[in-house]
Amino acid sequence: MSSPVSEARLERRVARQARGSLARRKLSQNIAFALVWLAGFLAVAALVWIIGYVMVQGVQVINLEFLTTRPAGGVSGEGGMSTTIVTTLYLVVLTIAIATPLGVGAAVYLVEYAGEAQRESRLVSYIIMVARTGIEILAGVPSIIFGLFGFALFVSAMKLKFSLLSAGLSGACLILPVIIRTSEEALLAVPRSYREGSLALGATKWQTTVSVVLPAATPGIVTGVVLSVGRIIAETAIFWVTLGGSYRLPTNLLSSGRSMALHVYMLASETRAFNKAMGTAAILIATIVVLNLIINFTSRRFAARMMGRNR
Amino acid sequence: MESMKTKLKVQDFSVFYGDFQALRDVTVDIPIHQITSIIGPSGCGKSTFLRAFNRMNDLIPSTRAEGRIFMDDQDLFEIDVVELRKCVGMVFQRPNPFPKTIFDNVAYGPRSHGLRDSAKLAEIVERSLRDAALWGEVKDDLDKSGLALSGGQQQRLCIARALAVEPEVILMDEPASALDPIATLRIEELIQTLKKNYTIVIVTHNMQQAARVSDDTMFFNMAEDRAGYLVEYGPTAEIFTNPREKLTEDYITGRFG
Repeated sequence: MSSPVSEARLERRVARQARGSLARRKLSQNIAFALVWLAGFLAVAALVWIIGYVMVQGVQVINLEFLTTRPAGGVSGEGGMSTTIVTTLYLVVLTIAIATPLGVGAAVYLVEYAGEAQRESRLVSYIIMVARTGIEILAGVPSIIFGLFGFALFVSAMKLKFSLLSAGLSGACLILPVIIRTSEEALLAVPRSYREGSLALGATKWQTTVSVVLPAATPGIVTGVVLSVGRIIAETAIFWVTLGGSYRLPTNLLSSGRSMALHVYMLASETRAFNKAMGTAAILIATIVVLNLIINFTSRRFAARMMGRNR
Repeated sequence: MESMKTKLKVQDFSVFYGDFQALRDVTVDIPIHQITSIIGPSGCGKSTFLRAFNRMNDLIPSTRAEGRIFMDDQDLFEIDVVELRKCVGMVFQRPNPFPKTIFDNVAYGPRSHGLRDSAKLAEIVERSLRDAALWGEVKDDLDKSGLALSGGQQQRLCIARALAVEPEVILMDEPASALDPIATLRIEELIQTLKKNYTIVIVTHNMQQAARVSDDTMFFNMAEDRAGYLVEYGPTAEIFTNPREKLTEDYITGRFG
């Protein structure tokens, strides 16, 4: 049927088509690549623009005096931001000190012990299910709701007033779901062989949890805690209704205070000193960036040490 | 074999995972200070049987055991499980050192049992590492992570870790299956030297290994309903050269499994 001539022609046509289709495929790849690149560029550009704008505006008012004098108060917005830095630090330490033991403890229970308890009792199983659902929901609740809760419970009902303690307790409620969930994930990522190895040596379950599982999960837990630190530094609404807003230096747990984020909000909304708000915002951003660098650095160092490299 | 003292006495022992029977009616006496190997095709319940001796099966929900196992005339299921695991150590298929230093890995067991004296700990660590034929390689790196060692060294570290607790029985679940031939050989030599002080039960996929290292061999097979059962048990030389059961011979000669 087919002569050698027509066969050769057919082959040439197939080759030509293949070339054409290759060119088309390459073109579509290039277009897709360009679009993806553009999307990435736009996202980064927006971020750089925002941070750059705040930084450029902020740096103009930042100097040693700005950092070391306290806000003057009133509508002028004069003065520095020294007390807000200290208050933020107090607030972070207090919140983390309350939330970390509770959150890690809850995660340990849910990952290591809840399974056994669930098998033993219907009621416990039901309670655990409710608790898990509660944690999921709390993680998505807006921070102002935690603020209102804190205001109603800690500030009013427990008469702690606008204070570091009220704010710390409310802040702890806010970050608790975050810490529980990151800790749970970190614990679940610990290989079962570690647990088996420890139990097979005659260690109790609790010894296994404390000496093997928790240390192995520490990098993940620390990441969750540092993320929470960032959240506390950045939150405004919740502390507006629990911390008050005094620009004085807090002297005890029941003193009112003003965190950096709150200071930015108050300067921008209640005073004429917009430039000072920008200055404070620049310090705030710098703090968050440094915090993120610390997470990256420490978690990598930690992982390296655990895996036996780098030593 | 009749004269040999029995370390582990198993009577009509069965294991169930929920409704599924994984092991059926095993009855056997395992002699003291001998190496007993367990061979058989995949899924025949060898690991399940091994893990019964330190009750690791308890960790799996819905596991149930029937029958009895005695260690020195003591019912295994009546001993406190933590106490039992002190007496019955285990080496796993994949080396699983903790993400801790070599020293801390070996000291983990004694520390868990309440030993705090650092001089005594150092002594135990050195002795255990020597017994596991690892001391020479790591004596200058005791504060290095156990995970930095090679696979074979990690497995010897896990053996040292088990020895540090001074168990009476050591269970080994395919301890060399994740290792290269040279590391495997070292582990086998090590097992031979350990038999002097310990009763060793070893599960292996590798029949040559069973033939090389063990004194006695148990051959398990899987029944129609997928439950494992003991086909034959005897001195290794006999099992490999002159088995009583046709099934054993078929397995040994590679006709199935």
